[in-house]
Amino acid sequence: MLYAQILLNGLVLGGLYACISVGFSLVWGVLNVINVLHGSFVVLGSYIAYFAYAHFGIHPFFSIIIAGALLFALGYVVQLGLINRVVGAPVLTTLVLTFGLDLLLNNGMLLAFSADYRSVQLADPLGSAVVGGLVFPLDRLVAMLLAGVLTGLLYLLLVRSKIGRAIVAVRMDREAAALMGVDVKKIYAITFGIGALMAGAAGSLLSLVFPISPLAGSEYLSIAFIVCILGGLGSISGAIVGGIVLGLIQSFGALFIGPQHGLTIAFVLLIILLIFKPTGIMGRRGYE
Amino acid sequence: MSILELKGLTQRFGGLIAVNDVDLSVEAGEIVGLIGPNGAGKTTVVNLITGVFKPSSGTVTFKGRRLDGLKPYQISRMGVARTYQVVQPFPEMSVLENVMAPAIFAAGASSKAEAMRAADEAIDFLGLKDLRDTLASELTLAERKRLELAKSLAMKPEVLLLDEVNAGLNPAEIEIALEMIRAIAARGVTIILIEHLMKVVMSLCSRIVVLHHGAKIAEGKPDEITKNEKVIQAYLGNRYAKANAAEKPNV
Amino acid sequence: MKRPVIALIAFAIIACLPLLGDNYLLRLGTMFAMYAVLAQSWNIIGGYAGYPSFATAAFFGLGAYTGAILQGLGWPMPLAWVAAGLLAAVFAGAMGSAILHLKGHYFAIASLVLAEVLLEVTTSWTSLTGGGMGLNLPIIRMSIAAQARLFFWSMLGLAVLTFLMSWYVSAGRIGFALRCIRQNEDASSMVGINTTRYKVVAFVMSSLFVGAAGALYASWVFYIEPPDVYSVMTTIRPIVMTMLGGAGTLLGPVIGSAIFLVIEEVVWRNFLSVHAAVLGILIVGLIFYLPNGIVGAVARRFRKRGAENGET
Repeated sequence: MLYAQILLNGLVLGGLYACISVGFSLVWGVLNVINVLHGSFVVLGSYIAYFAYAHFGIHPFFSIIIAGALLFALGYVVQLGLINRVVGAPVLTTLVLTFGLDLLLNNGMLLAFSADYRSVQLADPLGSAVVGGLVFPLDRLVAMLLAGVLTGLLYLLLVRSKIGRAIVAVRMDREAAALMGVDVKKIYAITFGIGALMAGAAGSLLSLVFPISPLAGSEYLSIAFIVCILGGLGSISGAIVGGIVLGLIQSFGALFIGPQHGLTIAFVLLIILLIFKPTGIMGRRGYE
Repeated sequence: MSILELKGLTQRFGGLIAVNDVDLSVEAGEIVGLIGPNGAGKTTVVNLITGVFKPSSGTVTFKGRRLDGLKPYQISRMGVARTYQVVQPFPEMSVLENVMAPAIFAAGASSKAEAMRAADEAIDFLGLKDLRDTLASELTLAERKRLELAKSLAMKPEVLLLDEVNAGLNPAEIEIALEMIRAIAARGVTIILIEHLMKVVMSLCSRIVVLHHGAKIAEGKPDEITKNEKVIQAYLGNRYAKANAAEKPNV
Repeated sequence: MKRPVIALIAFAIIACLPLLGDNYLLRLGTMFAMYAVLAQSWNIIGGYAGYPSFATAAFFGLGAYTGAILQGLGWPMPLAWVAAGLLAAVFAGAMGSAILHLKGHYFAIASLVLAEVLLEVTTSWTSLTGGGMGLNLPIIRMSIAAQARLFFWSMLGLAVLTFLMSWYVSAGRIGFALRCIRQNEDASSMVGINTTRYKVVAFVMSSLFVGAAGALYASWVFYIEPPDVYSVMTTIRPIVMTMLGGAGTLLGPVIGSAIFLVIEEVVWRNFLSVHAAVLGILIVGLIFYLPNGIVGAVARRFRKRGAENGET
């Protein structure tokens, strides 16, 4: 019975991890840029949800839309104005650049919101349901369901819409896409914007689950890293698989080694994977 | 004993067989042409010989020593050099530095002065003396190809694999390239030439090997090859081959 | 006069800093020397070889804890420092062999994760390292002024050693091979360079003095804790310093360290609450306006002027 609970916790956690990582994976896969800002985008999304609830009583599940929209705009501008100028530059340049931008954003958040951990205390929490001896934390579950819906929408966008197909085309072959008339710079900006949108939306959802603080940014970033390496880059299925694997590992790892080692296990797994199979469990494929 | 020997050389990439059981024996001093339609596996054979890939099966033997399984830098040091279809210079270095690199690391020059001497010799031989201090990134394509040849020479190779060395050159440049290849061969270097241009192959090569879909379909003297039905079929298709056969004059 | 000789003379002049009798300046001097060690070391793998290593904090932290633990066992300081450097080098050799076949982003992440794993291990191994509560180092029976001079000259000595190592690399075969590897790794293999060996050597070189500096730092500050020595900023700062001065050059990292230190001090004293943001702005400015660092920009100016004067 205990194992079933751990399994459930791991799956729910995994779903949330996948949601955090999907946008990051997309940006890395399409632009070949590791967006160090991603963790801070998630935190920003959480803050938006927090303040929307605190000041206007808007439930975080609805803040997804607000946070998503605001962050899309932020991401779009950052990409168009700054990151586009170094696309194609060596890895060091883009990595250090996004790191520097993250320093700026993080410092800004620290100044604006202070480092104190906050959480959204719902006046009307959903609580948990106990079904068949298993505890289902309803808030987390609904968050995960919404995350799933969001991811599904992203999938539909990539598969069905013109913009989505353009994004996939750019990821497969940038030059060929340009020859086909795709405005690569704009697609880059849109993709980065979508990545930020997904991060912000995830942050809104997570505001109910995890404590909110600018200091949490690096943890979200680490999670996104690990999920990408575990699941493979640039694909939604990869992010989902990676997220669930990570969630399960952490859940079971917490049982055997203790919860404080959650990230360590993940990092050790990461190094092992990098050394032996850097393209992840799913491999390089996984085009939508 | 032949200087280079391929036996049953096979390379699989997943489900695709890129090189299929190729046997080849090259004698010292020969100029052998390796031709075939696009995708026939010619560059893969070169990659197998130079250690970029490890063959799925089969062997590569150079002067009696096995090459398959060795790393590229080891094979280079043993005296097997190659040029790339898309030239691979060191862009931020001068022509001199570019050529000094193989002189030091492959040919084992023991001092900077010795490396410079060896490099200058190769540079002069290829007619690059005026460009000695120019950055590789500032050279024209034809000059870069000559740089690539100079680098190969500085390695003091016994076998030189030239992969589409004439791609992108105009007729005048090709003539010059042919001269240089002949001059290199005259120094005793065994040459294997991957080429599309039949005129080059006919004028340089003593022997031609034809690949198609990774397998060797013909081997022989240039004029034999041009009449070989399988070769014509591979390049020009069945109907042309049949039409050609019907029109063959009586010998 | 040859540029390296100028640098050595500059080091000699800096060594006379204690004569000014200002402890604050001496502390700054020690920080400069430490920054110079870290930046020059990173320059070997990141600048010359072109492999974006984020492992500096891993080597620094490992060295710091090795030195601290050994000193706690009674080892004399200099021996502890040497042992720390050697251990970092062995670690780099082992890990380097495993991760240097990775390219670009994957290598960067793998090297970064090294520090994370070491951080977690150090925090958990409380019996050895004091875990999250940190580690105290034994007190030295020496006057404050004498200690300050000791640590200053030791760190400066390390900086000079690192400089000599960089000089050896830049002027010799190793530097040539690394430069080839950075520009075209496949072609490097083709011309007979054993790329794996040279990369591992570069990685080890980038760790040796960093490990020693970590141990020296621990002795200097008398108390270390994991988030302090394994911090990602310990990795980022040397990279920014080197990029500022000019990656892949001999003097770049040293110049960058000096300038960075000055900026850092000014910001810490006047704009503490935004120091991270200022670093962020510095990084953005650096990438867009000084892509080849100061040394690169100066070299370009001279070349332009030369062309204008009719030289080829």
